[in-house]
Amino acid sequence: MKERILEVRGLNVDYGAGPGSVRAVRDVDLTLHRGEVLGLAGESGSGKSTLAYGMTRLLPPPGVVASGEVLYHLQDGTTVDLLRIRDAELRRLRWSEIAIVFQGAINSLNPVQRISTQLVDVIKAHSPKTSPRARQDRARELLELVGIAADRLHSYPHQLSGGMRQRVMIAMALALDPRVVVMDEPTTALDVVVQRQILRTLVDLRERLGFSVVFITHDLSLLVEFSDRIAIMYAGQVVEEAASADLYRSPLHPYSDGLLRSFPALKGEKRELTGIPGSPPDLRSMPAGCAFHPRCPRALDVCGDRVPLLGQSRDGRSVACWLHPVAVG
Amino acid sequence: MTAEVAPAVSGTVSTEIVLEADGLTKHFPVRAALSREKKAVRAVENVSLRLRRGSVTALVGESGSGKSTVARLLAQLYPLTSGEIRLHGEPVAVQRGWGRGRRFRAYCRRVQMIFQDPFASLNPVHTIRYHLTRALSIHGNRGDDLEKSLADLLSRVHLTPADRYLDRYPHELSGGQRQRVAIARALAASPEVLLADEPVSMLDVSIRLGVLNLLRDLKERLHLSILYITHDIASARYFADETVVMYAGQVVEGGDSETVTQRPAHPYTQLLIESAPDPDRPAVEEKDGGAGEPPSLIDPPAGCRFHPRCPFAMDVCRTELPPRFELGDGHFAACWLYREDAS
Repeated sequence: MKERILEVRGLNVDYGAGPGSVRAVRDVDLTLHRGEVLGLAGESGSGKSTLAYGMTRLLPPPGVVASGEVLYHLQDGTTVDLLRIRDAELRRLRWSEIAIVFQGAINSLNPVQRISTQLVDVIKAHSPKTSPRARQDRARELLELVGIAADRLHSYPHQLSGGMRQRVMIAMALALDPRVVVMDEPTTALDVVVQRQILRTLVDLRERLGFSVVFITHDLSLLVEFSDRIAIMYAGQVVEEAASADLYRSPLHPYSDGLLRSFPALKGEKRELTGIPGSPPDLRSMPAGCAFHPRCPRALDVCGDRVPLLGQSRDGRSVACWLHPVAVG
Repeated sequence: MTAEVAPAVSGTVSTEIVLEADGLTKHFPVRAALSREKKAVRAVENVSLRLRRGSVTALVGESGSGKSTVARLLAQLYPLTSGEIRLHGEPVAVQRGWGRGRRFRAYCRRVQMIFQDPFASLNPVHTIRYHLTRALSIHGNRGDDLEKSLADLLSRVHLTPADRYLDRYPHELSGGQRQRVAIARALAASPEVLLADEPVSMLDVSIRLGVLNLLRDLKERLHLSILYITHDIASARYFADETVVMYAGQVVEGGDSETVTQRPAHPYTQLLIESAPDPDRPAVEEKDGGAGEPPSLIDPPAGCRFHPRCPFAMDVCRTELPPRFELGDGHFAACWLYREDAS
């Protein structure tokens, strides 16, 4: 078993407080191992971004982490709970241990500052002891790392294409050699060709630098190809978690199965595809029992009454579905 | 498991051409500050397309390739720089001269457009009933019984029972339902042609296919001809009878969808297909190529616009624009690789 680096235990995130609050993430357990790419897939509103921001304590109000813990295993063997450490301590971990690439690079870069200024600023803020010269060199090195010629260092964001801006964001995330990089839909706004180039760069960097990635996307077919393990979220819950290949070959949860059948294939025989009938539930009025049962083609009687728990089956896969009642309790 | 589906039963597809574009060109002038120089974004250059009755034509390309501009040109939302649009063989030019408004409306009645974002294309302060009634009245399809016409429209897009939806506001519906309303609104004109500009790319993955299947079903029942604009070539294979690939404002390849996706001829189409996410791909596959990005359309490269990125670029590619080379069965590619013989 690989070394665990980040563990999320029983995380609940609400929007708002009191009777009008909406639970956007419920009882999520996740484990990120060292050097692995963990894919987090789900439709819009499934809580995948909320989960990522919740566990890094970046959630803006009215988002509140209601309960749960996020254990981060430091290099020296100690473990901290990110949700409970003091702000100063958290600040020390941010970026140098856990870095984030936000959705939409166009909005994440400051349009009136040069790339160089923004890269240097990160290094300066988090390791103030470095010399200006060293910071410049590091910025140059980072750009080359993500495949941008160093002479673009003094460009403004608008002088770069969308793909290059996204690369700059990745370079910025890697500035302090983090051990975990959380990426929220990093390639959604990009074209397939550019998307592939960037993912290739990312996979290559991960092999060289050995960081772990939490990769959030709605594109399951992308994850199957690029990640090691996949967790599928539906209406705030993780409904299935498995190694990518297993998930692709034999999805256990009907929702995962439906998602996989929603992508037309480019090769092989042409099949009639149906997608999933209905639409995701409103988080303000969740159905009783399993959140997916109104759309589920294989729903049982019990699905409407009781919420299935995410149980681990014999082969290390987890699924929350009454069709596979493993280790309930 | 579901049975295999023939690509929209090719035998019954008629060859009657409804809408035809010939040499469509659109340049958008750009004003450069402090400069007298006249520049233009050459967004669409010499694009020819044919939409047939009862068939779906996909227009595939990256963002910025000009595919949406083509749709807007076909919908007569922009004036053409040059080229011609023909509806049933009759040249249409609604943007110039007297009676422009009337001609435009008559054209709209036959050619309707569906936009990408159903959150933006419906007015948030009006009910679904308002949206559909207005479309019916404007296009003179109100009929004797308005309620019945409305119910018919909604049932065509599988929003039943109709009274559950008619008095709702757009924000009360999900994205998929909103896009269905937008489709119903387009159908209110009883058009012959639907121009669908990325109709599903804003929708959740699990409901995309529902909307695509609906469009296909409508095509078959109403014999619509549909232009399906997308960046997802896999969905073009699934949904469209014919596929046309655009790069940097030009058509680079076209033909039967199955042929284009299974035996792509143009190096750009090949790159596009290699780049599409494919779960079946062997884990480590490194084929370098496709570096770089689409060119600036203000000052596009001479010759073939793809040559700076093309792994097979030859001398001729740098100087001369490749014409269409026929590859048989309606399959063509604009690439010098197919110059001599296309066997």
